[in-house]
Amino acid sequence: MNVQLRDTPLVQATSKIAIADGDIHPARFKASEFDPWLDQKWRDRIAQFGTRQRQPWQSGPAYPKSQPNASRRDAVPPEGGKQGSSLAFMQQQHLDPNNVVLGILNPLGSGQGIQDVDLSIALCHATNEWQIAKWTSQDKRLKASVVVAYEDPIASAAEIRRYADNPDFVQVLLLSRTSEPLGSRKYWPIYEAAAEVGMPVGIHAFGYGGNPMTPSGYPSYYIEEMVGHSQAQQSLLNSLVVEGVFARFPTLKTVMIEGGSAWAPALAWRLDAAWKRLRAETPHLARLPSEYIRDHVWWTTQPLEEPEPRSHIADAIGWTGWDKFIFATDYPHWDYDDPATSLPLKISESQRHDYFIGNAQRVYRGVA
Amino acid sequence: MTHIIQPGAIDCDIHPNVPNVAALLPYMEDHWREQVIVRGIDELASIAYPANSPLTCRSDWRPADGSQPASSLAQVRAQALDPFATSIAIANCLYGVQLLFSEDMAAAYARAVNKWMAAEWLDREPRLRASIIVAAQNPELAVDEIERCAGDKRFVQVLLLVSGDQPLGKRQMWPIYAAAQRHGLAVGIHAGSSYHNPPTSVGWPSYYTEDYVSQAQAFQSQLTSLICEGVFNKFPDLKVVFLESGFTWVPAHLWRLTKFWRGLRMEIPWVDRAPADIVRSNVRFSLQPVDGPPDRDSLLRIFDHLQSDELILFSTDYPHWQFDGNAAIPDGLPAELVRKMTHDNPRATYPRLLETVA
Repeated sequence: MNVQLRDTPLVQATSKIAIADGDIHPARFKASEFDPWLDQKWRDRIAQFGTRQRQPWQSGPAYPKSQPNASRRDAVPPEGGKQGSSLAFMQQQHLDPNNVVLGILNPLGSGQGIQDVDLSIALCHATNEWQIAKWTSQDKRLKASVVVAYEDPIASAAEIRRYADNPDFVQVLLLSRTSEPLGSRKYWPIYEAAAEVGMPVGIHAFGYGGNPMTPSGYPSYYIEEMVGHSQAQQSLLNSLVVEGVFARFPTLKTVMIEGGSAWAPALAWRLDAAWKRLRAETPHLARLPSEYIRDHVWWTTQPLEEPEPRSHIADAIGWTGWDKFIFATDYPHWDYDDPATSLPLKISESQRHDYFIGNAQRVYRGVA
Repeated sequence: MTHIIQPGAIDCDIHPNVPNVAALLPYMEDHWREQVIVRGIDELASIAYPANSPLTCRSDWRPADGSQPASSLAQVRAQALDPFATSIAIANCLYGVQLLFSEDMAAAYARAVNKWMAAEWLDREPRLRASIIVAAQNPELAVDEIERCAGDKRFVQVLLLVSGDQPLGKRQMWPIYAAAQRHGLAVGIHAGSSYHNPPTSVGWPSYYTEDYVSQAQAFQSQLTSLICEGVFNKFPDLKVVFLESGFTWVPAHLWRLTKFWRGLRMEIPWVDRAPADIVRSNVRFSLQPVDGPPDRDSLLRIFDHLQSDELILFSTDYPHWQFDGNAAIPDGLPAELVRKMTHDNPRATYPRLLETVA
């Protein structure tokens, strides 16, 4: 093992290396911010019927969060509005002090996964134009994700190709809780388009696929939903591998966002073991599942697992590969990982560089 | 090199099979026997183990005549008990009881399977112990069956499937845990599903391979549920054993669960200990399938991450194909750890194994 625990108390670094942040959540100051890109019929639809998800509530999450908007209490902008809704305050509170030179925007709650697919398509497109107008055109450190209405993969592919030549867009954004496992051939047009335009497919925790959050139905608590994101991520990665998405799209890159990562080695070992027994079922796979994972999957770091002793996380990172992690904070959400304290390990300069920025520069197009 | 298992090993997960539905008929009440015959109810064979899948039965353990694997005592003696120096093996019968939609029919089948187990296996082979099969669809009926069987000390555990109608930590399930704790029975949670919900939290997969792999995620969800709902606060003496669950995922899951418990414990204030501590006192895992890394050093790191040598219980998972020959123990584990897995940990987990049975 080539790392060791820091033996001194953690302190705020005085000079900070430039970092990437693979998971920043921009928010609207008010709902009408999408209006310039929404036809009147969609504004009327939303006003009358709302944006109904496959969950019980007209607004708000399936499980009440632990904080308003699941966000840091200190992240409310001075001018008011939701946490993450002010570029100036995001710059002041996060981008500047942490020396974030590459920030990947992952807008949530924008209209992905809602029941009315046509409305979802319209909202996703509005979200993409809004990212340009409010964020990427105003701060060149920020890059956008193509938000797609993934339950209509044909429309999603068209939206991806629409931004093929726009350098502000570096990723396609899906949510993890879909109506079918993401390896299902229903979704293949999305992967085909993403591979074609050279964007990784980022798969962020959350979503509203309508499936119970465990194979035994819905759990009781928000903590179970949160911990359960890693089960959803494991299941969808299992699906991507076994259903042959990586075998079919050899240049496809995927980024697992906010679902944890320490589970990945054990999943790969289990997949390999099962596949060796059962491979007669999946002749479309030419290689070990772990090899597809190794070549096609990256992980954002937040929320980084925190074993006691913390040195154990170095084993998990090492098994997956130091070249497979994209540092992320999840700003402005409550479970934000601080770049100064989230990885209390002594590691080599090259490992630190890769972890905090180098890997991101290799995964996202045009950002090196 | 294959480990030489010291005499006296306890195999905590073997699967004698019901040979066919006719074998159960003598153990069914008249009404249910008539239902089975009149309605033409055939086998209750779960899609969790397709009959001819390589994993369902190791090829050299398949009967040459094409009959149901592991369905005769002679087979089980020759294939599962004798080769591993097994002093005691716990029979976990996987039959489609928990999959039925009728709670009453499920309870009737559970009674039949348990009576069949006692008469056809436990009465004839002193090395065998068994789990009580229950209709988890209805905890009240499940408790009735636990009470019916509890006087027979050869039943050492109550068996549930990892995926069913509701998360296992939910309060509706607690009468089962109360009965188990009252009678000194462990609660075994075995891979498999009622398939009353999609087998993953993102829906139905296309391939059996995905289904089998995703059992580990189902176990993770249930571990979360049992801890967060406070089952071990209410039943501090309860031992829960995850069977055919894999265990290499356990450390990473506990790291994540513990991190969120630190952030969100105000939601579940009754959970007053770190999840990893609760697991060390109340939860155990069977050895097979190991799902281990390809190299010995990494596997030893996993045991290091578990931070206890008391969590893993020896199992062969017979007749499922998890290893070849007699290599039920992964190479390179320290002898002391192997001794704990094969001898000490099962005895500490199943109090009834320490009792003399008539």
